[in-house]
Amino acid sequence: MKKFKRFTALGLTAALAVSALAGCGQKAEETTAAPEQTEAASEEAKEEAKPEAKEGEGKVYYLNFKPEQADQWVELAKQYTEETGIQVDVQTAASNTYEQTLKSEMAKEDAPTLFQVNGPVGLATWSDYCADLKDTEIYKQLQSDDYALIEDGAVKGIAYVIETYGIIYNKKLLNDYFAADWSTVKSIDELNNFEALKTVADEIQAHKDELGVLGAFASAGMDSSSDWRFKTHLANLPIYYEYKADEITKTDAIKGTYLENYKNIFDLYINDATCEKTELGAKTGTDASSEFALGEAVFYQNGTWAYNDIKDNEVADEDLGMLPIYIGVEGEENQGLCTGSENYWCINAKASEADQKATADFLAWVITSDAGRDMLANQMGFVTPFKTFGDYLPTNPLVVANEEYTKAGKTPVSWNFTTMPSEEWKNGVGNALLEYAQGTGDWANVEKAFVEGWKTEYELANKE
Amino acid sequence: MSKNIKKYFPIFMLPTLLAFVIGFIVPFALGVWLSFCKFTTVTDAEFVGLSNYIEALKDPVFLHSFLYTTAFVLVTVVVINVFAFAIAFMLTKKISGSNFFRSVFFMPNLIGGIILGWIWQLLLNGILAHWGKTIVYSSTYGFWGMVILLSWQQIGYMMVIYIAGLQNIPGDYIEAARVDGANKWQLLRHIILPGMMPSITICTFLTVTNGFKMFDQNLALTNGAPSKASELLAMNIFNTFYGRNGFEGVGQAKAVIFFIVVAIVAVIQNRLTTRKEVQA
Repeated sequence: MKKFKRFTALGLTAALAVSALAGCGQKAEETTAAPEQTEAASEEAKEEAKPEAKEGEGKVYYLNFKPEQADQWVELAKQYTEETGIQVDVQTAASNTYEQTLKSEMAKEDAPTLFQVNGPVGLATWSDYCADLKDTEIYKQLQSDDYALIEDGAVKGIAYVIETYGIIYNKKLLNDYFAADWSTVKSIDELNNFEALKTVADEIQAHKDELGVLGAFASAGMDSSSDWRFKTHLANLPIYYEYKADEITKTDAIKGTYLENYKNIFDLYINDATCEKTELGAKTGTDASSEFALGEAVFYQNGTWAYNDIKDNEVADEDLGMLPIYIGVEGEENQGLCTGSENYWCINAKASEADQKATADFLAWVITSDAGRDMLANQMGFVTPFKTFGDYLPTNPLVVANEEYTKAGKTPVSWNFTTMPSEEWKNGVGNALLEYAQGTGDWANVEKAFVEGWKTEYELANKE
Repeated sequence: MSKNIKKYFPIFMLPTLLAFVIGFIVPFALGVWLSFCKFTTVTDAEFVGLSNYIEALKDPVFLHSFLYTTAFVLVTVVVINVFAFAIAFMLTKKISGSNFFRSVFFMPNLIGGIILGWIWQLLLNGILAHWGKTIVYSSTYGFWGMVILLSWQQIGYMMVIYIAGLQNIPGDYIEAARVDGANKWQLLRHIILPGMMPSITICTFLTVTNGFKMFDQNLALTNGAPSKASELLAMNIFNTFYGRNGFEGVGQAKAVIFFIVVAIVAVIQNRLTTRKEVQA
């Protein structure tokens, strides 16, 4: 009996130890924070690749930024491995955790060979890790240097997707408004400045029951899944106009010349909305997109990437349109949509030569082969800045809307939020906006976070 | 017997010791070292001395978080322990269904903090919507929201410990006291409470450290809003580490300061309550 007890005790200890150790191992893996599905799928890809992968040819490890396209990247990697035998692993960071994931992945022995930075400020963090891409195919095929991050003559990052945002609107509801006898603005052509936008929004709000909507604008949620629409994307407009007026492309101290305009448009968003402004703190990105997709709101500020969430609901594809974000600046009748990129590919300079070459070859294949181009343009719905995509026309109605503006000769608004000094700055502005919206703070705090915050954050982020 | 213990020592201890070293000692030492460095990735660090600590102590948000967290710990320790004790006291009486209620009270503890945070966010926002407000309206709302959430989660767990403690008090003590004519209050004050001191030590220790370390409930419920006013210490450290380029080391320095403070508080608390323990 005694012996038996001892035996069981030993067994139990061993089991405990094993599970404790296993627990440790698991934790290390989990830090990638990838959606389970992707992980499983890439695991699959890895396994299939193994028997074919040859020594010395290098391999590719892509840490993808966009969760929306996670599965498609895994699929594409699999196709490439089948074709060439080169191993390609794809991991996707969960929404809003890319920097965290990248930081921990880069510390590993098998660090990503291909990763993304979000513009000049992101590049400042990762510059030491970015190889010069001057001799790569992706740079040669790039339409213009506007889409590359160039630092001291070295090409550090290359944008692979061009995106556009503005005020997405429901054409059917807006036409109902134009047809109503109480409306002032009578056609979409007249809706080309802030004054008109405010008139339309106010009138829709006043007659919301007649139109069968809950409000003119979808809720401007200040939850972290949605507040970037205002603290980053909307804040781009006052920055854009200030840069334009001062003829600069970045600054260490913003003046806030157009903050009054920023206030006007934000007021419009929160007053003519589907919900009380005191409730915005709890509204999420999903709330806003579902309000719009179900036809409960006429306007919704977001970008081309939102199409996947809107489609196949109440709003038909042909009823989707996008307006420029008018903030009441002189000459804004010629303003187009906000177009740019915050997704730049970088090759890890600290990876082995073979891996770097394999990565460059993989990217070349992605933008030149039929399989790669079909995947990017048609399945992922990307508009790319590469010359090789001439025959691949986008189907996303929001992208088409942008092309119409460009054809009509409107000037696109560039993405200047990539020059914002830090995440902390955005959070500061976002918090001030929330407090302003719910009435616990006033607009002066937003101005303070915007102007003074910029200066202090710039100094903190760039001190040596 | 002692020979046997010596012989089996490696078998029993080694696996756990190894896990402890890999999972705790090494990261801890690495963390302390990193607090003196400037780095982007943890394997690529450069020594900079004390500047991270200076930067950390200059941060007004860190000091605010510190006070906010201290207040939070004080309130939760009292609320959780008083309620857990009261419920344990009730559920050791002979009332029907006491086992069922014990399970019910313990249940919230089985749900993860993030999920609890989101569930309570929905609940609290649903109630506050009557007044057209949300949980992020002010840091006071967030404070009491988190108190409710953490209490709801932990009372059941502490209750289990208290029940075990209550059942360990020998029945003849109580009987003897009754025979001597002690009333209910005297019984509680002079017999039950002293006998419960070991459980009270454990429970206060757990609630103090849990309160200081709370992160996921904070993240899910308020995410620090409005303007970081409801940011507890653990979250402030996390946000410092990831919020700004070049501040990874400062976050690390804050974490070390945090560790020292929690360790000191826990040791003091332990001394205070253990001193009151009596040998039954």
